Order: sequence, then C-alpha cells, then structure tokens
Amino acid sequence: MSTETVEVKEKVEKKPAEPLFSKRRRGIVKDPLSDDNPITIQVLGICSALAITIKMEPTIVMSIAVIFVIVFSNLIISLMRNLIPGRVRIIVQLAVIATLVTLVSEVLKAYYYDMYKVLGAFVGLIITNCIVMGRLEAFAMGNKPYDSILDGLGSGFGYAWIIMVVAFFRELFGSGSILNFKIFEAIGWDTFPTNGLMVDSIGAFMVLGVLIWVQRTKTGYVEH
Amino acid sequence: MQRSNTYIIIFSAVLTIILGGMLSLASVGLKPAQDKQIELDTKKKILGAVMDISNIKDPNEILSLYDQKVTSIVVDAEGNTVEADAKGNKIVAEKVSVQKNYRLDKSERLYPVYMFKNESGKTEAYVFPMFGAGLWDWISGYIALDGDLNTIRGIAFDHKQETPGLGARITSQEIQGRYVGKTIFEAGELVSVSMVKGEGNAGLTDHQVDGMSGATMTGKGVNRMLEEYLGCYQPFFDKVKSEGNLALN
Repeated sequence: MSTETVEVKEKVEKKPAEPLFSKRRRGIVKDPLSDDNPITIQVLGICSALAITIKMEPTIVMSIAVIFVIVFSNLIISLMRNLIPGRVRIIVQLAVIATLVTLVSEVLKAYYYDMYKVLGAFVGLIITNCIVMGRLEAFAMGNKPYDSILDGLGSGFGYAWIIMVVAFFRELFGSGSILNFKIFEAIGWDTFPTNGLMVDSIGAFMVLGVLIWVQRTKTGYVEH
Repeated sequence: MQRSNTYIIIFSAVLTIILGGMLSLASVGLKPAQDKQIELDTKKKILGAVMDISNIKDPNEILSLYDQKVTSIVVDAEGNTVEADAKGNKIVAEKVSVQKNYRLDKSERLYPVYMFKNESGKTEAYVFPMFGAGLWDWISGYIALDGDLNTIRGIAFDHKQETPGLGARITSQEIQGRYVGKTIFEAGELVSVSMVKGEGNAGLTDHQVDGMSGATMTGKGVNRMLEEYLGCYQPFFDKVKSEGNLALN
C-alpha cells in the first residue's frame, strides 16, 4: 500500500501535469476563433453558413447543435483513438457524428418543433459539415480527450460567431428585424425597404465575402 | 497501425450495436413528446385557419381550446362519413395523414373535416386540409369556410422547400389575408379561388387573389391544390347543404 503511493508521487514529480488552461491549451481554443477560423480562413462549412443564416433564431439553434456535435464527437473519437483501426477510421468518425446529429434532431423534434420544421434538413446536414470531420481527422485522432474538447469548443464557437454575424446582417437588412423584433418599426421607420437579396443565399455570399476580407486584413493571412 | 481483419469486423460490429442501441433508445424515449408536438402543430394550424391564435403561447391552452371548439369527422370521396377502416379500427381525423392520402387515387382517399362550433354549438366554420405540389416540394394548407360553405374565412398554407422571400411567402399573413372573404362558388358552380400572375393587379373578382411577384409557379401549385381538394370535398358540401346542416349538429 505504502509503496504504491510513493510510486505515484514519484511519477507526479517527474512529469508535472499541464495546467488546466496552459498557454498551449488556450491557443487550442483561441486560434479557431480568429487566426485559424474554420469559415473565414479555412473556408469550411460554407454550405450551412449560407443556408441557415436568413434569421438569427435558427442560426443560434444551429450553432448550439454544431458546437454540441463537434465537442462530443471530438471527445468520443479521442477516447477511442487508440482502438480505431486506421483502415475504417473515416467510417467510424462518420458513424459517431451521424449518431450525435440524429440525437440532436430527435430532441429538437420533441421539444422545439417549430425550429425543427425550419432547420429540419440542415441539422441532418451537420453530418457532412466539413468542420466536424476535419477536426476529428486532424485533431481528435491524435490528441488526448481534454485537449480535444477544447479544440471542439474553439472550432465550434469559431463557426458560431461567424454565422451569427452573417445572420445578424441578413436579418437586419433582409427582414428589417433582429431576433424577430421589428427594429426599424420600433424606431419609427415604417417604410424601411427590406432587401430581397439578403434573404437569398446570394446575400450570404456577399456578407461572408466582406467578413473574410475584413478578417484577413486584420490577421494578415494570405492564401498561398 | 495495421490491425487484423477480425479486429476490424468485431470493432465495427460492436460500435454499430452501441450507436444503434443509443439511437433506438432516444427514438423510443422521445416518441411521446414528438407525437404531442406534431398533434399540437396540426391543431394550431386548424385553429389558425379560423381564428387568430398568435397571442396564445401556452400549448395546453391551445389544446383545450381545440377540444372545446372543434369536432372532426372523416369523409370519403362521396361525402359519406367514414368511421372505421377495413380492419374495423376507428379512424380519427387528426391522425389521418393528408400527405399519405394524396398518393392514393382521389376516390380512395380519406378526407378529414373539422367543424368549428360557436358558443351555442352551431357549426360556424368548416376547415378542410389539402395537399399538393409547389415548385420544389410539397405544399399543404387548411382552408376555413364559413357556415355557408362558400365564403373563405381564413387560410393557412405550409410548404417544405419554396424559396424564402418568393414562394415561401404563402405562409405569410400578407398573402393568406388576401383569400379572406373570397368565395368559391359562382351561381351554384364550384369555381375555386385562383391566384393570378404578377402582383398589384387591379379589378380582381370574388374568385381571384393577387399573385406573388417572382413566384408564379408556387402560385400555380396553390391554385391546383385548391381546385383539386375543393372538388374532392364538393360531394360533402352538397350533402351538408341538402341536409340543411342537421346531420352534423
């Protein structure tokens, strides 16, 4: 009994545990928010960014769904990373993602039916969201569970804040409202002309293009 | 790391069983809540076609209002009331899927009819569900007719994939409001109500509503749907009119 405790102590002294929020770990969360953003820098996940950003409410629900899926699939894959046979790893990743996405979709259907009707197919399409699989393949397969959760959070929020900004502008100019609150009517501008282009996916391309421009000017990222 | 084929097969099988098991559990566990949501959604649409329920937020209030106000029957293509299916099971109008029936031949379909009663128990309005094809995918609707089975009291459309800002406008109050007060019969002949091409048309008759600019195809789908289903319900209309509304009260 006593010898065992001594051994453990020795191990701890030899290799001190990395702080819960060390610089490296903060980097894992922070990088995808700006310098290595999945949408504006890596240009992944554009398809859903276009489809669900007409209004802010569905965008928020979609963001939560994606963050949930990406964090938990990262965690699960990371826990299994030494068990997964290399030859079938992609299909294993897909199976895990698909299960989580189906769970999200079923829960939405049970408790948030109106949103389920709006998002319906797009929640299902998280399965093919390149960001999720990209993180599993690039990070979770080779890193420890806790780091993988952080990475999932970083990428998830990196995706979420961009689509939220896109949705903000699209709803503001396309429907003249924010979170279904008619903002222009509230300030007495009843005749605000809503812009039909913003409601269309083309509007999303334009907002996203401007965002990418601003972001890359700020970070100085150049595509090679 | 290279693993043996046996390992891969066992790994895949175990993973499939675990994931599949989780999904089945979730599906079974969430079924009651989902069914309730779907029921609420249907009842909201039926009530919404007759009255403004946008201020009622509590789901239970909507359900109790529905139970209080609405009775339902199912009729066949001849307008006769159907109470049980071929196996003798009771048919409930709210459970009849209009979408599934749409695939059958007109004469074999079941047609639910919802009757909205006023305080004295007299049928004040009828609500008829309908289903059809829009530009990209299905569209559906509930049309509410006044007790005379001629004047449109309200209409509620739904759609799956129509373009936001164009065809999807059929779900907006703006478009649905255009149908209110229009009539479907002209001198005893069923003529339905049709949406015309283009927007801002003047001189519309009692059987026409203004169109949606940029969504002519969706408008045509809506017209086809209305014409088809009002035609299907016509035997029921005739029956109610000839029986002087007695049988249903």
